Amino acid sequence: MSRQSLAKAHQKIQELSWEPVYHEPYMKYGTDYTFRKAAKKDPLKQVLRSYFPMQEEKDNRVYGASDGAIRGNMFRQVQERWLEWQKLFLSIIPLPEISAARSMPMLFQAVPNPELHNGQAIQMIDEVRHSTIQQNLKRLYMNNYIDPAGFNNTLRNFHSDYCGTIGRQFAEGFITGDAITAASIYLTIVAETAFTNTLFVAMPAEAAANGDYLLPTVFHSVQSDESRHISNGYATLLMALSDEDNRQLLERDLRYAWWNNHRVVDAAIGTFIEYGTKDRRKDRESYAEMWRRWIYDDYYRSYLLPLEKYGLVIPHDLIEESWNQIWNKGYVHEVAQFFSTGWLANYWRIDGMTDEDFEWFEYKYPGWYDKYGKWWENYNRLAKPNGHHPIVAEDVDYVYPHRCWTCMVPCLVREDMVMDKVDGQWRTYCHEACRWTDAEAFRPTYQGRETPNMGKLVGHREWETLYHGWNWADVVKDMGFVRDDGNTMTAQPHLDLDPKKMWTLDHMRRMPHLQSPNVLLNEMSDSEREAFAADYVRQGPAGRPAGKGEHLKS
Amino acid sequence: MTTTEERSERSVPKPVFTDAEAGAKEFPDSGPSARHYNYFKPAKRKQTHYEDVTVEVQPDPRHYLTQGWIYGFADGSRGYPLTWTKLKAWGVDDPEPERGPGSGGKPVENWPAHGWHEFRDPNEEWELTMYRYNANVVRQVNQNIENARNAKAFEQWSPNWVRFVERNVGAWMHIEHILGLYVFAANNRSGPTNMHNTAMAVNSEHKIRIAQDLALYNLTLSEEIEGFDGAAHIDAWNNDPVWQGARKVCEALPAIRDDWGESIFATNIVFEPLIGELFRSNLVMQAAAGHGDYVTPTVMGAAEYDFDQRDLRWTVACFAPLTQDREFADHNKQLMNGWLAEWVPQCLEAARTMQPLWSQTDAKPPRFEDSLDKAKNRFAGILSDLGLDTPKELNQ
Repeated sequence: MSRQSLAKAHQKIQELSWEPVYHEPYMKYGTDYTFRKAAKKDPLKQVLRSYFPMQEEKDNRVYGASDGAIRGNMFRQVQERWLEWQKLFLSIIPLPEISAARSMPMLFQAVPNPELHNGQAIQMIDEVRHSTIQQNLKRLYMNNYIDPAGFNNTLRNFHSDYCGTIGRQFAEGFITGDAITAASIYLTIVAETAFTNTLFVAMPAEAAANGDYLLPTVFHSVQSDESRHISNGYATLLMALSDEDNRQLLERDLRYAWWNNHRVVDAAIGTFIEYGTKDRRKDRESYAEMWRRWIYDDYYRSYLLPLEKYGLVIPHDLIEESWNQIWNKGYVHEVAQFFSTGWLANYWRIDGMTDEDFEWFEYKYPGWYDKYGKWWENYNRLAKPNGHHPIVAEDVDYVYPHRCWTCMVPCLVREDMVMDKVDGQWRTYCHEACRWTDAEAFRPTYQGRETPNMGKLVGHREWETLYHGWNWADVVKDMGFVRDDGNTMTAQPHLDLDPKKMWTLDHMRRMPHLQSPNVLLNEMSDSEREAFAADYVRQGPAGRPAGKGEHLKS
Repeated sequence: MTTTEERSERSVPKPVFTDAEAGAKEFPDSGPSARHYNYFKPAKRKQTHYEDVTVEVQPDPRHYLTQGWIYGFADGSRGYPLTWTKLKAWGVDDPEPERGPGSGGKPVENWPAHGWHEFRDPNEEWELTMYRYNANVVRQVNQNIENARNAKAFEQWSPNWVRFVERNVGAWMHIEHILGLYVFAANNRSGPTNMHNTAMAVNSEHKIRIAQDLALYNLTLSEEIEGFDGAAHIDAWNNDPVWQGARKVCEALPAIRDDWGESIFATNIVFEPLIGELFRSNLVMQAAAGHGDYVTPTVMGAAEYDFDQRDLRWTVACFAPLTQDREFADHNKQLMNGWLAEWVPQCLEAARTMQPLWSQTDAKPPRFEDSLDKAKNRFAGILSDLGLDTPKELNQ
């Protein structure tokens, strides 16, 4: 900034606020929220005259570090186990970032406070930064890491892969449906304020422990912008709270946004941090410990709870249940096991767990080995092709799960699965909260109130549906997860790059055909379906068939 | 005597030699040819850095989005509907792949599936370029203003020019602000590809920046020139008849219903040359020097450069191919001619409402009619670049 103080400059630019006289702007994006013109201030107090040089300086640091990483041969020390999971993460994250940019104009229209629009515009610019800087980081990995497969076809992969579709909620959820539900509550109040802590702070720390200091360089730079976005969300939330009529919607949206973020982010980031690392120091925090600190204490107790006095109804039950899922019900472990079961449907290599990993898990999560150890031993046994099928088609006491129609993560905590006929279709849900989201929240009426702007859950939400009855080799080929020899698979259940140890389409062709659980569910008679549900909720933990894991249930 | 305390070993991750760098082993996909993003066709022979960080980030069900969009609006629309403009690019009327049980993913066989994906921003804007460019502009603008302040350059201004700047240069900030936030930023949710939407976002940055630059310049002048009324621009914007025409047409731009194409076309193709450049280039930048003001033209000049060298460039690159489209050229030309018929008269009427501004200063700028002719010629040239005929309305 020049000689003018930032506060004075910011005050001056408020003179730009526009009150239409001749034409009202077209309101493309609707909301069921109502706003009084409450005089909330722009919390960012940012002017572009200082913003652009500040961001340029941040960029200089990031690109300087990138250059240094290449010159210093960082990739000689990078753990492949870690970087393989980045093929998934970095394929997903540029879309949520750019979607956040796209969501800001939805708020211009929904929040009638011109002063806040300045902060939202700056957030839009930030988000363009984040998306392209992340695409660039991935490009650097592709160019310098030993195995470019999976990075080089990253966006095709992400768009057609079931993990990518799970991740897409963290993008489409920002830009579709009720403008406030999407761009404010789901994006800024929950995703950015709560879950970027694990995404952009906890995960980069783990990257550094695995020899990758570029991910922290980029993502800590990104996170330094996020704090501004959190202020945007807070200002909008306070405006919404000032109108009694909004409270029912706020309660609905916080429940949906919290639970969906937990299901999606904890599934992905929990897996990366716990199963993507080689750092097994006993005093390094587990994901559960990080979650307790960053999300439970810092977000729930320090940010959300004080808002209760303004009338915000906080989903205490769902927050406690999320912790219960992570700590007692093994949510992250179940997800990592499922991703690894289905390694062949993905585009990165998944390393098996070793004795050192087992010891760490047992130390951090007492009882882990009894639940998951045997399965991971089987994973290692079946990792390299040797006349057997991939683990998903072998008998390892694992029942292939049904998908949750809402969050699209499978129903892995089996006892929580609920089934409902919605829109004429039988659907399975991983938890009652996800059933509620589909059947009650995303509807044009909510608890008797008209909610004409609320969005809808659409699309082919069960990935297996598309490939029902297909041979696995054709599935993998159709998705494009094949290397440049036209036969070797991009994904592998181990890290050995010896071509003789790698799975090929020829191996896939011998497998039983893929079956869609949801298609099969809808072909069942009523009694068959009831029996299915009764059996399903008795399964687990670790995907065990009903009756085999009773002694391990918490 | 000094002592060294024994400390327990700190717990830190240990570096491990993994040899995970490119070229360490040979296996399928280990060669140099595997080290490029391979899911799109570059516009030229070699894909650019800009393409790598923008193309295909926004998915398309006609490409690889096999499970389709997973959230919809209440009216059933989802994602980035191609119907959010009436313009058409080849292939858009072809049906989306129908997917269902056992259909497979049906990924695109011949990328791209439709013509919208052929658009590339000739400015190749992404985060690195946009911060470098804008940081340089604000640095230069700041330095110019600071130098002038130190040199007491504002003392040379005649009272009449001070009034002109406080009211009229000040009033212009509102137009830039409205276009930045409520046209360009507002439409960055609507374009059919990431390249369109990113170009709109970057265009909005330029506009918001110049609006703020003008506001902060106004603040500096309030501090430096005795009697400079820092609030006069608000009065001019709200009440001065010479500004009400421009305000009316400017406010009409965010009111365009549900067509990002018309919004951008009407703003950058029609409004900017006929009103924006008319005022910035053909009045302020011509008149200032005669009043001893060498600073205002540099502030305004930054906006001129934004528009001329960057914002207009991407806009022409966006619309020109549509008038030559292999499937919809006639449809698009007809549509754009309709937009010209709609917006040219409004802009010319607004321009003429601004005519008294040309008489308000002591040192006279070029005649209004000459300035307007220049703006019209420039506008006709842009239309020629787009492959459009000059509309009869321009003769009004």
